[in-house]
Amino acid sequence: MKVFAFSKRNDLEILRDPLNLFFGVGFPIVLLLLLTVIQRNIPVALFEIGHLAPGIVVFGLSFMTLFSATLIAKDRGSSFLQRLYTTPLTAEDFILGYLLPILPICIAQSVICFAMAALLGLPVTIHILTSVLFTIPVSLLFVSLGLLCGSIFTDKQVGGICGALLTNLTAWLSGIWFDLRLLGGAFQKIANLLPFVHAVEMERAVLQGDYTGVFPHIWWVIGYAAAVTAIAVFTFLRQMKRQ
Amino acid sequence: MDAIKTVELTKKYKDVTAVYGLNLTVRQGELLSLLGVNGAGKTTTIKMLTGLTRPTSGDAYLLGKSILTESAAIKVMIAVSPQETAVAPNLTVGENLELMAGIHGFPQTQTRDKVAELCDRFGLGEVANKRAGKLSGGWQRRLSIAMALISDPQILFLDEPTLGLDVLARSDLWDMIRALKGSMTVILTTHYMEEAEALSDRVAIMKSGRLLLTGTPAEIKRHAGTDKFDEAFVRIVKEAAQ
Repeated sequence: MKVFAFSKRNDLEILRDPLNLFFGVGFPIVLLLLLTVIQRNIPVALFEIGHLAPGIVVFGLSFMTLFSATLIAKDRGSSFLQRLYTTPLTAEDFILGYLLPILPICIAQSVICFAMAALLGLPVTIHILTSVLFTIPVSLLFVSLGLLCGSIFTDKQVGGICGALLTNLTAWLSGIWFDLRLLGGAFQKIANLLPFVHAVEMERAVLQGDYTGVFPHIWWVIGYAAAVTAIAVFTFLRQMKRQ
Repeated sequence: MDAIKTVELTKKYKDVTAVYGLNLTVRQGELLSLLGVNGAGKTTTIKMLTGLTRPTSGDAYLLGKSILTESAAIKVMIAVSPQETAVAPNLTVGENLELMAGIHGFPQTQTRDKVAELCDRFGLGEVANKRAGKLSGGWQRRLSIAMALISDPQILFLDEPTLGLDVLARSDLWDMIRALKGSMTVILTTHYMEEAEALSDRVAIMKSGRLLLTGTPAEIKRHAGTDKFDEAFVRIVKEAAQ
């Protein structure tokens, strides 16, 4: 009940911010439309809708880090969180209240992206549904990154770090916009050590119904999600104690 | 039973002692103002009493419960209206009140009744559907206090409740705070001497982490040998420096 009240508040704070709606829903849709038009004029295999849609879904989820981190950093910066620390909410309530309500938003965002992709020619199959399910560990990764960044940085810093740096890292190191093999070398090695390209490759495999192709990417995604969540929880609890 | 009793309550931050061996007693139903210049230790004292920071040594008992060992029980009995306006900006006034009711585990019917009661008591009905972030400072402060009262706390901490408000908004809030007297224990911190004099049953003056004096506003003036409360405060604080 307590967590539900706090979660509902966090959902409303995020969903009522028009900028969040633009970047969370509008921007990925614009990208899908734009790249599909480009693909029709200058055919590029990378931008074929079945290849592009999973990448845009993962890229769209990277904005959830920004939304989550901004909310937490603003709460920390104002006296709001201090007020809540004096209520019967427990540490677990805070962590669940910040993590859980954003997951349904992530799923809704993925559904909207795939629905748009279907309108642009993506065959409607059961694999779309399984692709949405496979976004859950990816979503947890990005939302936990939000909890981590929101626990460390101010809301202004979060804008730069999550809004610019992380979204760009996700974009460039995920193989959404270009095949990483084109650059190869250290760039590709670094990209392969990070979870973003694995999230995109996993989603692409699922969407094609190639469930063996999910491996080993899913282990990278789950591993990063688990590690980031653990670090984020530890960091949040530490800042809570400091407050 | 006393509402609050501190016993040698001390807080040190590395080399700085923010609160030094505080022994203070507040009676139930009393409104006590904590006064002091910046760095006096008022906010640190409130932070320790509300469980936001742990004392370095000493203890405090809120309605007999220790802040060191019974903080969960204390959180059910207290409420805080922080110095800055602590409201959820994208939630409406009504939703902010519902949030606090939900956090205290109220069922739906009780939540509805409490929200209606507080909107009525604080004149928030006309702005109940407006987003809190769009309200003026005075309205936000009203809402902030109403949010603190939703759980019917036995002890209410008001940290600089009228800071930055215009004369009319301040006067309105004074009336609301006066109306609380007797029904709960209120600890108020303020920089406004006229506010402390007008509202307080007793005043505690702190300086550099130490408690200098406690007494009614009349006793404080008598002690300082002046009939002006702000002058009395200045004299007491300056004398302590010598």
